[in-house]
Amino acid sequence: MRHPVTLICLAIVVAFVAIAAFGPLILPQDPLAQSFIARLKPPSAAHWFGTDRYGRDVFARVLLGTRWSLLLGLAAPLIAGTLGTLIGAFAGFYGGWFDRIAGRVADLLMAFPSLLLGILLAAALGPGFGNLIAAVAFAFLPRFIRVARASTLAVRSEPYVEASFAAGEHPLRIVLRHVLPNISGPVIVVGTLWIATAIRIEATLSFIGLGVQPPAPSWGNIIRDGLTNILGSPWPVVTAGFTLTLCVLAFNIVGDAVRDALDPDYRE
Amino acid sequence: MRRYITNRAVDALLTVWLVLTLVFFAMRVLPGDPAVAALGDQASSDQLEAFRALMGLNDPLPLQYVHFLWDMLRLDFGTSFRTGDRIGALLAGALPYTLQLAFAAMLVGAAIGIPAGVVAATNRGRSADYIARLLSLLGLCIPEFYLGALLLIVFALRLDLFPIMGGGAGFLDRLNHLVLPAVTLGIVMAAFTARLTRSSLLEVLRRDYIRTARARGAPERVVVWRHALRNALIPVVTGFGIYILTMLSGSISIELVFARPGLGTVLVSGILARDYPVVQAGLVVFALCVVVVNLTMDVLYALIDPRIRVEAL
Repeated sequence: MRHPVTLICLAIVVAFVAIAAFGPLILPQDPLAQSFIARLKPPSAAHWFGTDRYGRDVFARVLLGTRWSLLLGLAAPLIAGTLGTLIGAFAGFYGGWFDRIAGRVADLLMAFPSLLLGILLAAALGPGFGNLIAAVAFAFLPRFIRVARASTLAVRSEPYVEASFAAGEHPLRIVLRHVLPNISGPVIVVGTLWIATAIRIEATLSFIGLGVQPPAPSWGNIIRDGLTNILGSPWPVVTAGFTLTLCVLAFNIVGDAVRDALDPDYRE
Repeated sequence: MRRYITNRAVDALLTVWLVLTLVFFAMRVLPGDPAVAALGDQASSDQLEAFRALMGLNDPLPLQYVHFLWDMLRLDFGTSFRTGDRIGALLAGALPYTLQLAFAAMLVGAAIGIPAGVVAATNRGRSADYIARLLSLLGLCIPEFYLGALLLIVFALRLDLFPIMGGGAGFLDRLNHLVLPAVTLGIVMAAFTARLTRSSLLEVLRRDYIRTARARGAPERVVVWRHALRNALIPVVTGFGIYILTMLSGSISIELVFARPGLGTVLVSGILARDYPVVQAGLVVFALCVVVVNLTMDVLYALIDPRIRVEAL
């Protein structure tokens, strides 16, 4: 955790979160203001990331786009983690038909790469940010169900759980008081690892045209828009893409560090 | 063996059914009228009604569901709302572009990734190792469509070495159009492969038979490339199925970057035009690809390794 690279990445993550939270307050320019005379300009003191084909300031748009990326990056693992943990914990704890169905469905859906499952569901649901969150959260769900279920099975045979049974505690109470707190570690590890992937999927879906809809800016649709005018100026693509890659990289490294700290098995 | 294959086939069918059901209901719970989407805002209510009747949109949901499953089972994808073209023909025309891209990307990925992994493992802890690991981390983090756009800017626009867009006509032209998309996805693939090769080779190099080979005086080059790599590549090769699927999902945005007329382009243009039958068919074909790849890999493993037939029942 104290590795300098990790610390730098942690600082980058904090910076992105701050930009997402307070970005709109410190916007240098209106991200939607068009200017006919300042179209497709390269980076300059006035426009750090240049301007797009409508003369909009790309830096302001990238700054505002941070909000969508991080919102989805955090919301999708959070929703999938909460639902998946509950489903996995009850499936693992009670067993029976619910366990068989939940376990089987999760296994079958695991056959799909999460990006592909996210795209398929988002395409079926149609464009829009709410649909995007639902699609990505669902794409992650099987992985959380699996982790929560496996951890629950391990916890279930622990002496303190058996003692609670012997003491006549209600099973529901055992799940809430003993199982959920004890499986939260692995679930949090999985959750932090999926943030970077969620940000990537959001960008990909916005790039395809399924995520955040223009004129609202997101990293993915800035790149898409820049690509249609790449002969005019490559700068919107280059700068927005760099920001996106930096963000994914930083969250990835921090996620790995969190896993190493919480899960000694993975430490190299 | 027969029981194993039967079980896997049942799994595959269940997956297909599960995904079809998800797609069907996800597309039906959507607010918005497909008839309006297909005919436009100016259509009269008579036209809309005729369209709904024609497409069976007035039927009760369960009946539509049964019709849908039956059509998909026969691979009857219907016609496009927009153009009236047969969707089956549209997809059949697009499929080769996607498969060629995925296959070429895997070749590029293996050609870069395996040597990079070997270099990293044999130089563990030294600068070559760090550079290889840094590059593969970067390759895993950079979104493929951004990497594709960068390569497009440098090699197609600035250096003018490759065509900017399209699929090409004739063998050589097609090959020329394939280079940049394949290298883009290949780099992503190489990042996976290098990581896996490195960790697998490090593990194999610790085994006894490697120490024996060294003790007998075999040159290090022979020990690594001939003796160790063969065993180290087993997990790399068995990861084949996952790679194909990763390439398949990556191909969607890559085809968009290079305007390549593959499955992803068909799917995305269907999404943007709100052409429901095309989107539906595109989704089903992608899902089928996933299931077919997984089933094929499962059967191949069982043929190669008899232990799997017993264990994975």
